[in-house]
Amino acid sequence: MICQICEEQQATVHYTEIINNKAVALHLCEDCARKKEIIDQFGNFSMSDLVKGLAGFVGTESEEGNLKCDNCGLLFSDFRKTGRFGCSECYKAFQTELEPLIKRIHGSTKHVGNFVPLKHSKEVKALSKIGKLKVEMEKVVQQEEFEQAAKIRDQIKKLEKGIKK
Amino acid sequence: MAVTKLVGQIAGWLQKTGPLSDIVVSSRVRLARNYDMIPFPHRANREQLKEVILKTEKAIKGSKYLKNALIIDMSELTDIDIQFLVEKHLISHEFGKSRAEQILAVSDREIISIMVNEEDHLRLQCIQSGLQLLDSWRLINQATLELESQVEFAFSKPLGYLTSCPTNVGTGMRASVLIHLPALVITKQIGKVLQAVAKLGIAIRGLYGEGTEAYGNFFQISNQVTLGYSEEDIINNIECVVKQVVGYEENARTLIVKEDKKAIEDKIWRAYGVISNVRIIDFQETLNLLSLLRLGIGLKMIDKIDRILVNRMFIITQPAYLQKLEGKKLAPHERDIARANLIRKNLKRRRRNKDV
Repeated sequence: MICQICEEQQATVHYTEIINNKAVALHLCEDCARKKEIIDQFGNFSMSDLVKGLAGFVGTESEEGNLKCDNCGLLFSDFRKTGRFGCSECYKAFQTELEPLIKRIHGSTKHVGNFVPLKHSKEVKALSKIGKLKVEMEKVVQQEEFEQAAKIRDQIKKLEKGIKK
Repeated sequence: MAVTKLVGQIAGWLQKTGPLSDIVVSSRVRLARNYDMIPFPHRANREQLKEVILKTEKAIKGSKYLKNALIIDMSELTDIDIQFLVEKHLISHEFGKSRAEQILAVSDREIISIMVNEEDHLRLQCIQSGLQLLDSWRLINQATLELESQVEFAFSKPLGYLTSCPTNVGTGMRASVLIHLPALVITKQIGKVLQAVAKLGIAIRGLYGEGTEAYGNFFQISNQVTLGYSEEDIINNIECVVKQVVGYEENARTLIVKEDKKAIEDKIWRAYGVISNVRIIDFQETLNLLSLLRLGIGLKMIDKIDRILVNRMFIITQPAYLQKLEGKKLAPHERDIARANLIRKNLKRRRRNKDV
């Protein structure tokens, strides 16, 4: 049997469509069937459609439509259309509008999984270094090496200043 | 070309069987990660996409786990190559649609792979046989940590890892299990199971085809929520549900044997007879016959072939995989002939080995 669409290849997909309450049998080749999106072996459906639906409910168009992410230039109205953010900063730019949406998707607005990046963050690194330096300072003070102790003290001060910034 | 290296190679998860492999085919854990400030792939320009690739390649080279990973430049690939990678479960359907400034990194035995510039800057996955979600999570987490010690990923204190789509924010983790449920389909209980699982906030769908009409009776179970629970909690939750579904399938198997053992035996042996002698066969029929064979092995009715071979045949008989093995582009009808030859050859070889 030859494919009814391209009339070239062997028909290997046989399928029935209901049109106006009538069953219409179609015999297509794999390529045409895929083009017609009859077979999608991977059963993919688009998550963004779902998000679009949810995002549509958030706030009113006029208020937030003009909100813009300074880093990538994405407008909140763009996000509403696509369901996709432009960059990591969008999460900050649209924070208040996002909360109800995220809550609707996940039932929560708080991450409780891995906190790895915080361990790597400059703050945490600096804090642990300060801890080490303080121990070292006590040691040199006991050995009455005050010049060295003063040096360490300055280092600590510098690190502490960096954190406060 | 790098992708050719993958043609003759059988993925690690197809080389052995893991826990509950009678019913659970494979476990996969995927993490989404992005770099700070750089626009997500769909909004990034060429330079920014290149920057993402360079950064990632450098981090991969500096990581113990991944430094020997095979790097594939997606722009060099043909449509068949891309489809081949999809069929190998190494990339998503979406990946490779644009192909410009995208790379794929594949670890030894294909256990870990990384898509760069898919929906997120990085999509890292680990795939293993049987029910091994927790172990897969540990592996992919370790690999990701090795990258994370060299680069900084977008992360916020309240929301966790930031992703292109808000449905992935938080852990950025999607854990999924590929599960074979022929007896639930035969006994028509599958609809009930699908509904029950969906109520638990866990997604379940046919791997090939939709809903209860899944060809080959393969279903995929995965988490929907990525925020508000820890990675371990999400995985435990899915493992519990999977074990429950495995229990249902086992009961259904006992039931069909009890009700009419000869009928199911007949069905399985007929499938065996057909598949050992086919001359022309499409992928859908292959799926359905292999599914019966797989059930036959589970019910200990067939011992001529083993589950590993059947699992492997599900993968290598797919249209693009077949064409890569043949080394040329084939029209659908030619493919059906090549598929039949490949199946017979594999079954024959195995039978001979058993006789020796």
